[in-house]
Amino acid sequence: MKTETSRLDQALRAQGDLKLVAYMMAGHPNKKRSLEVGKKLATSGIAALEIGIPFSDPLADGPVIQHAGQTALEHGMTVGASLELAAAIAREGIPTVLMTYINPILSHDPRRFAAEAAQAGVAGVIVPDLPIEEAEPIAGWLRAASLDTIFMVSPTTSPARMASIAEHSSGFVYCVTVTGITGARSELPAGMKDLLAEVKKHTDLPVAAGFGISRPEHMKALRGSADAAVVGSAIVAQIDRGADPVPLVKELLKACR
Amino acid sequence: MIKHPVRGRFGAFGGQYVPETLMSALEELEGIWHEAKADPQFQLELAGHRHAFIGRPTPLYAATRLGAHFGGAHIHLKREDLCHTGAHKLNNAVGQALLAIRMGKQRVIAETGAGQHGVAVATVCARFGLECAVYMGTEDMRRQSMNVRRMKLLGAEVKEVSSGTKTLKDATSEAIRDWVTNVRTTHYIIGSVVGPHPYPEMVRDLQRIIGDEAREQYLSVDGKLPDVVVACVGGGSNAIGIFTAFLDDKDVSLVGVEAAGSGIKSGKHAASLVGGRPGVLHGSYSYLLQDGDGQVLPTHSISAGLDYPGVGPEHAFLRDIERVDYVAVGDRDAVAAFKLCTRLEGIIPALEPAHALHQAGVIARDLGPGGRILVCLSGRGDKDMDSVDEN
Repeated sequence: MKTETSRLDQALRAQGDLKLVAYMMAGHPNKKRSLEVGKKLATSGIAALEIGIPFSDPLADGPVIQHAGQTALEHGMTVGASLELAAAIAREGIPTVLMTYINPILSHDPRRFAAEAAQAGVAGVIVPDLPIEEAEPIAGWLRAASLDTIFMVSPTTSPARMASIAEHSSGFVYCVTVTGITGARSELPAGMKDLLAEVKKHTDLPVAAGFGISRPEHMKALRGSADAAVVGSAIVAQIDRGADPVPLVKELLKACR
Repeated sequence: MIKHPVRGRFGAFGGQYVPETLMSALEELEGIWHEAKADPQFQLELAGHRHAFIGRPTPLYAATRLGAHFGGAHIHLKREDLCHTGAHKLNNAVGQALLAIRMGKQRVIAETGAGQHGVAVATVCARFGLECAVYMGTEDMRRQSMNVRRMKLLGAEVKEVSSGTKTLKDATSEAIRDWVTNVRTTHYIIGSVVGPHPYPEMVRDLQRIIGDEAREQYLSVDGKLPDVVVACVGGGSNAIGIFTAFLDDKDVSLVGVEAAGSGIKSGKHAASLVGGRPGVLHGSYSYLLQDGDGQVLPTHSISAGLDYPGVGPEHAFLRDIERVDYVAVGDRDAVAAFKLCTRLEGIIPALEPAHALHQAGVIARDLGPGGRILVCLSGRGDKDMDSVDEN
């Protein structure tokens, strides 16, 4: 659904380069440290920041993000505290996207969640276990709060379905480039460029490629095919071992240009 | 029959809350299932396997000594423990294996708690020459080591799941992740009436043979129906299997028995309908044990097959319209009923239906002499010897 150009749409549109979206888990490895990391990432040169809200049973996530979510929950992270964290990071001026599963949103009350996310200055929401068939009424409440609703396409999505998913999306379309779950992979899948080209046929929104993307050579390979790349597990793994993720981000950004 | 206006929904419950990658596979499965259901050749083949491989129809057995012990009620057991591999799980596994073959998928995956569904799937994969991987929590592998050995002997790869609670919930999540990754070549045989549409409906249709047979057998005894039908509920497949045939019999009460573990108040239980609230787990909207922030809670039951925080969406619907009464029975009562049935009837029940047997005793005392109770004896208890010895 196309509204007036959103912050995400503006921030993620490739202009000869590739935009970078970083992912972090709220409350990982703990509340204090994730706020520090989030602020650093916000000013590292990335185009947008995805903030995961931990869920006990994340079906679309591989071991790295599962572990990060579990650690955050063990440290007492909640939906409310995640929204507060997102607000503090959004104040740095970066467009932020919340990514979480449907149950924490339902439990929080979707209307309240939408209102609080908008209040926090969040730009959009991704729910990986909410396909378009199940999107309403939740997506409607998100839109009513002026939040972008980002839906995913995957290698198993038919062209007809892609058009419908694009129709439901605003801000950008998230293209899951692998048949699988999140997690760094050494090589990008064959057929990725064809998939991205097919998605592009069905939408004028920026298209971000995600899942498995972790290395500078991946950025080079995506330039010209995608508007943006989402890097999650590789950054979360850095945070998990207590390292600063910004050097990795800088290295990836260099390969984006 | 109750009609549901929205596809894939039982009232408000059900749906397809899965990653986009799986949507095409669910659509394919739904299409193949509807096509197969209407295909006389498929039905004939399924009937043949039910008869010669599973051993259907299973008997309806009059448990007279148990009835006398409970104060003079007439108690009948539907003997799903006599199915090949020892539980009702094979009814579903055979049907879904035929669908996997119809879809041209050579690899099958499954999750298992008690190991009965895992054994059933490993068995059909051996029978039909399919590659098989079964996800099982390390805690369940410890509790059900004999079933692990059976699965391996049958040629299945048993994949250890050591994340989270190390039980059925996490085994199911891992199986779904495998399916997301290998969806083009793999069929996921979900073991219960849970998961995204079309699973709850399809597994019910494959399990309703239990109740269809039992109703006919029961009527053939003296032309009357039971007063009450009792079945245990984890995900709820044996319960839906026996209840479905009786849903339109307004005078027949239906009772689903969940696992109260150490007691509902202790918080250490697995009774999602009795002690939970609606939410989404493993692809469908149903009752769920969760904390105030929507995080799924760890569960406890002595019975690995009931040790699951969710429940099938059709049960959620039947609860809300008050067609089925759901109660919970704890570990200690289940073990006592396990021993009672063994000593009085010469039948070692699985710990799962032992929960239903305990409730049958409660109902029998309530109804008084002559009360008519049908219990789904969903599986046999050889697998539970170690758990019972520990208690």
